[in-house]
Amino acid sequence: MSKALLVLYDGTVFEGKGFGAEGETIGEVVFNTSMTGYQEILTDSSYKGQIVTMTYPQMGNYGVNREDIESAGGPKAEGFIVKEHIEFASNWRSEGPLGSYLRDSGIVGIEDVDTRALTRHLRNHGAQMGMISTADTDPANLLEKVRSHPGISAFDYVKDVTTKEAYTWNEACWKWQKDRNELSVMSNELKDKDNERGLSLFTNSRWFTTDEAERSHRMGTVPGDASRITHHASRVVVFDFGIKSNILRNLVEAGFNVTVIPAKTPAEAVLEMNPDGIVLSNGPGDPQTVTYAIEAAKKLIGKKPVFGICLGHQVLGLAMGGATYKLKFGHHGGNHPVKDLLTGRVEITSQNHNYCVNIKSLGGKVKLTHKNLYDGTEEGMQHVELPVFSVQHHPEAGPGPNDSAHLFKRFREMIKGKNVKGTGFRYLP
Amino acid sequence: MPKRTDIKKILLIGSGPIVIGQACEFDYSGTQACKALREEGYTVVLVNSNPATIMTDPETADAIYIEPLSAEILELIIKKEKPDALLPTMGGQTALNLAVELAEAGVLDKYGVELIGAKLHAIKKAEDRELFKEAMRKVGLEVPKSAAITNMKDGLDIIEHLGFPAVLRPAFTLGGTGGGIAYNIEEYKELLEKGLKLSPVNQVLVEESALGWKEFELEVMRDGKDNVVIICSIENFDPMGIHTGDSITVAPAQTLTDKEYQRMRDAAIAIIREIGVDTGGSNIQFALNPENGRMVVIEMNPRVSRSSALASKATGFPIAKIAAKLAVGYTLDEIKNDITRETPASFEPAIDYVVTKIPRFTFEKFPDADATLTTQMKSVGEVMSIGRTFKEALQKALRSLEIGSAGLEPVLSQGDSDLDGIKAKLRTPNAERIWYIAQALRQGTGIDEIHALTWIDPWFLHNMRQIIEMEATISAEGKTFNIEASDLPAFRSMLREAKEYGFSDKRIAALIGKTEKEIRDLRKQLGLKPVYKLVDTCAAEFEAYTPYLYSTYEKPFYTLNSPTPPLLKGGKGGFVECEANPTDKKKVVILGSGPNRIGQGIEFDYCCVHAVFALRELGYETIMINCNPETVSTDYDTADRLYFEPLTIEDVLSIVELEKPEGVIVQFGGQTPLKLAVPLESEGVKILGTSPDSIDRAEDRKRFKELLHKLDLKQAESDTAMSIEEAAAAAGKIGYPVMVRPSYVLGGRAMEIVYDEKSLTDYMVRAVKASPEHPILVDKYLEDAIEVDVDAISDGIDVIVGGVMEHIEEAGIHSGDSACSIPPYSLPAGIVDEIKRQTKALAKELKVKGLMNIQFAVKENEIFILEVNPRGSRTIPYVSKATGVPLAKLAAKVMVGHTLKGLGLTREIEIKHVAVKEAVFPFDRFPGVDTILGPEMKSTGEVMGIDEDFGLAYAKAQAASSNRIPTSGKIILSVKDKDKPHTVEISRKLTGMGFKIIATKGTAQYLADKGISVEVVNKVAEGRPHIVDLIKNREVNFIINTVTGAQAQRDSLSIRRSALQFKVPYTTTITGARAVVMAIEMLQKKEMSIKSIHEYHKAVG
Repeated sequence: MSKALLVLYDGTVFEGKGFGAEGETIGEVVFNTSMTGYQEILTDSSYKGQIVTMTYPQMGNYGVNREDIESAGGPKAEGFIVKEHIEFASNWRSEGPLGSYLRDSGIVGIEDVDTRALTRHLRNHGAQMGMISTADTDPANLLEKVRSHPGISAFDYVKDVTTKEAYTWNEACWKWQKDRNELSVMSNELKDKDNERGLSLFTNSRWFTTDEAERSHRMGTVPGDASRITHHASRVVVFDFGIKSNILRNLVEAGFNVTVIPAKTPAEAVLEMNPDGIVLSNGPGDPQTVTYAIEAAKKLIGKKPVFGICLGHQVLGLAMGGATYKLKFGHHGGNHPVKDLLTGRVEITSQNHNYCVNIKSLGGKVKLTHKNLYDGTEEGMQHVELPVFSVQHHPEAGPGPNDSAHLFKRFREMIKGKNVKGTGFRYLP
Repeated sequence: MPKRTDIKKILLIGSGPIVIGQACEFDYSGTQACKALREEGYTVVLVNSNPATIMTDPETADAIYIEPLSAEILELIIKKEKPDALLPTMGGQTALNLAVELAEAGVLDKYGVELIGAKLHAIKKAEDRELFKEAMRKVGLEVPKSAAITNMKDGLDIIEHLGFPAVLRPAFTLGGTGGGIAYNIEEYKELLEKGLKLSPVNQVLVEESALGWKEFELEVMRDGKDNVVIICSIENFDPMGIHTGDSITVAPAQTLTDKEYQRMRDAAIAIIREIGVDTGGSNIQFALNPENGRMVVIEMNPRVSRSSALASKATGFPIAKIAAKLAVGYTLDEIKNDITRETPASFEPAIDYVVTKIPRFTFEKFPDADATLTTQMKSVGEVMSIGRTFKEALQKALRSLEIGSAGLEPVLSQGDSDLDGIKAKLRTPNAERIWYIAQALRQGTGIDEIHALTWIDPWFLHNMRQIIEMEATISAEGKTFNIEASDLPAFRSMLREAKEYGFSDKRIAALIGKTEKEIRDLRKQLGLKPVYKLVDTCAAEFEAYTPYLYSTYEKPFYTLNSPTPPLLKGGKGGFVECEANPTDKKKVVILGSGPNRIGQGIEFDYCCVHAVFALRELGYETIMINCNPETVSTDYDTADRLYFEPLTIEDVLSIVELEKPEGVIVQFGGQTPLKLAVPLESEGVKILGTSPDSIDRAEDRKRFKELLHKLDLKQAESDTAMSIEEAAAAAGKIGYPVMVRPSYVLGGRAMEIVYDEKSLTDYMVRAVKASPEHPILVDKYLEDAIEVDVDAISDGIDVIVGGVMEHIEEAGIHSGDSACSIPPYSLPAGIVDEIKRQTKALAKELKVKGLMNIQFAVKENEIFILEVNPRGSRTIPYVSKATGVPLAKLAAKVMVGHTLKGLGLTREIEIKHVAVKEAVFPFDRFPGVDTILGPEMKSTGEVMGIDEDFGLAYAKAQAASSNRIPTSGKIILSVKDKDKPHTVEISRKLTGMGFKIIATKGTAQYLADKGISVEVVNKVAEGRPHIVDLIKNREVNFIINTVTGAQAQRDSLSIRRSALQFKVPYTTTITGARAVVMAIEMLQKKEMSIKSIHEYHKAVG
């Protein structure tokens, strides 16, 4: 295995071995404390611009599969840092090892790094830009490259990851199916199809098709069957800032007809579609860079019920005139306790954000609905008059616990103008 | 929710003696619970029959009862103490079953005691198989197809539908006692019959086999506001079919994708809600079909468990402590995480290391037992290790076991490749399977094939293969390596990688052909030292304040900047991050006792914990090193600093070199740390207390003889032998019977009494394996002598005798297996005084600083010294509980320079009550094993009976060890010829008290001749109905059965096995029978009564 280097902005250098693709990659180095779900993390578009360090030391144990992809087009993280990469995958759903997947996706990884020391370093000194390289192994060169990078806030990563065209989504949440024969039949079909095109299991188009129809066909049949959901009443339009598929699956699960639209879709076009509700999705980067989304949100608030998740939550905060701030090293993991202040319940949540909305900056327009019990940061808000609510964490999980999945139903009830059970809050239609 | 103010006094039930399936994890949980509840201002009343526990220390609870754990006794305590609530979830299955019994008998209602933690309905729903199945169906979860069977006929009907193999699990039994897998109708009938009898509710669950499926466990906690968190996931290395307690397990789960893990998590949450465990922890077991991911729920324990102790140690989340706080009304978000201080307990620990648990077995103690691992638990202890990878954790765990393994050693000598033999070992689960897997990999067997034979997940096998591949690299590169040559960096890099893989110096030495010390020195010379990382519950996301550490080897990193940031000291070569940050306080390292095993159990952990408490009181920083996850000593808030590490010279030395303590205490952890005394001292480490030289004078045969000679003390004639011939000659000279044993062993390991040369030769062939580096000892066996144990404490000047214990069973039966009494119940005062005098003389001569234990034998008023152990003994907690003198604590203080006078201990304590210790045996776990006692220790635990006189105290001790003495009925007498004269008085007394004596022909004739009327019963060979029929029909209330000689022992085995099976109390010694008679005399006169140990101690003059 080739030698690889990780160089941080502050000059810290970790030597390790390369895995995945060869080459160089640059991004903001963050750590994630989830013990499972590396594939979902790698394919989460919110990690665009970031290099992810996994604190759990052994990665690749269960391989990769088609169902655990969170976005079209393959991994979005810029690089992957692990203590030990296991090329031997063992799981009934595994379709191949992690290393090959990264290699075929062009993602550079580094292993044999003291990830705990790195994590502590990031915790103490803050998330920072860094570079992994298997090509240039002179750390001074790499440091220069890192230092000449303008930083993550200089880019609008949303435009890189949003869909080019609007599409509808039908797939519901993953359920274990007793009889997976259907799957194997389908896999063979797909295999045949790919073979016709001369593609092996690990070629890009196999995994990362952007053909939405095919994608929908592939993923729709396997993980969850939307036909289970019988009450498609409300129509929701989802702004794709880098959306995780699990948000869409949960929306279907909650009984929505889902249409996904590009991030830059103007508010007027959305209102013309006359949906019952609007979802602002998660996505990468600094929320202040997505000015077009903030503009659109301004125009939509009060017109239609809106539900924001993660970046969507931050966009709402900015659209309502508030401010966002950056956390020292962000929240990335699957174990943060968040208290739903409306119900008093503590939910274990999936987290992936570096920015927060300063609720106080909104001057009473919204009330805080969710609070992170780790550090007291804002995790959710609700407009005091208008049907608008949002959360900073990820109710769709993928990866992480499903404790907050009920928020999708809360959104549905909000649309219906119902009292949200136990919240003491009434939304106006 | 704030804590409840409507309850003030809480009753807690402990788990009783250490038995297989219920070990010191419940001392850990109970102690935590007591501490947590008292912290909140509640008055805690504690009941436990096990004196060797921290929880029964006077300081742990407000009122402590060391009494038998029976409903009657508990009712007496409830009546007296009037608690408001009963917390039944801390004392294992024993406490849970008792709580159910008390609730159902109306006792709790009668005295207005509320069950907190788990209500009756929840306990029943979780424990009753039918109710559980129904509950699972309700929340949409699958369980294996099954039926609860209460009779043979239904059992035969249902098996038609389930098919074979079928799993049988008797309801409400410990560790799955009586459970098993039936592959055919014959086995099925046999298991079903046994199970129905063993289950207290005569119910057996017969279920579809998920044999070979992947097995997982989740530790779940719920609070009164319905917040639920998962503390830890555990994946079993050994698949379904082997009891979790006997499986190698790994945390967190390794081979589940997030979707599968979340599915399991969602199921666990649904289960705890549906079962209705109000507050506290539960553990839930799942099986997963590796082919398609089908998940079934196996079982749920609505209480803390062995797994929750493991999960607590694996994550740093103190489940029992939090569960206790939840039980009194707090919610998870109201409780702080001790480790991070700032974050709440309402979270799920994220871990950034791999934890591996390996069970410790003692099949060598029970050569007749079936050593196949099944759904019935057979291990007696466990070790846990922490590493950054599974490979490292596995290898650390292997050397923690202390079974002479330093890693995955070959099981076959080189060149030998008995593949068929190896495959047989892989197919049938056994305690050594992991080494056979390694062997198979070494010989090139593929992962697929090993998986097909073992069903062990290929992921684990892959990691093992990596270890084996590294092995080859080490031996290849190591053998050609030349320290002067230029290949140093390459060798260093290889060695570092090997250490990252968890290879011990000893294993590397074996692979390279050097000594362990050479490798250690070389490693240090190359600058390769372990670093220590924190167990912090959060994968470094937050700062941790609790120094709970484990070792690992990591790669350095460096900085290009100058000035160097503080974190990155170390300059050019880079910096390996170590989080230990030793302080410069005055500090002492206390070595723990490693895994529980027969001969070295909770008693030693008790001593270690006391040493920690004592030294903390004196302002020392205490540093604990241990690898047993069940214990109080490995609770992160027992010592100031905890290193969860193997107790080997390599691992201990690394810590000592880093911490630089004033000294190391090796006296309290039994043989484990004692064995390290000399190697540590030779590395320049200061050993506190009695010097290693004095220890050696007592342990070394020759020097010991000289010592006794010098003091003019008597010893049974003895000799030392290095070969079979020498042994035979020695025995011939001394005269048979002789007692033979290897030197330097604990628990009478491989000790035997032999009556002739043939048995001696047999023994020598077997025993050499027991201790290859040490010679064999041959002692004259003192037949019919009374054995006496003495524990004493000395500061080098004064010697105070802590307790003189007279054994009930005669000398020759291992002292750990013998019941004993404080004060002596039959010895003349003059003898006791002489024993004390000799004790003092020995302590002074050996310059004992700390504790000392001596075993004497008294034969016809002559005193012989059997053994001197200048260290904490198994009986220290018992003596301390009996007298109220905390001997271990005082000893620890003496060892750091305090005097007994200064500590206020100036005279012996005379007690007015009697405390009897009785041993508890695992015979019911090992079908076919004889229950006869001998010089090899077989007991797993102990109980104490305490009362005003010997008879009652003995009766209580018997009741507490499930050997309840009857007050009326029929008693079977079947004794060896030599004992017959003794039966006359016993029989007279028994018939005088209204008992009916039944005897086999010989004994009956003998007694009839003495004018005692006896009913005659057939021996098994004499036709039916015979003695075993009587036992099976429960027509007898007690059995006195003594035998001698192998043939007689075989003939009467069925008597003792059926006594065990049908739970008929028995004794196998005449001295035991006499004690029983004394107990019956008192039981007939007096009502059972109870008193707290505080009350007893107050009365001590």
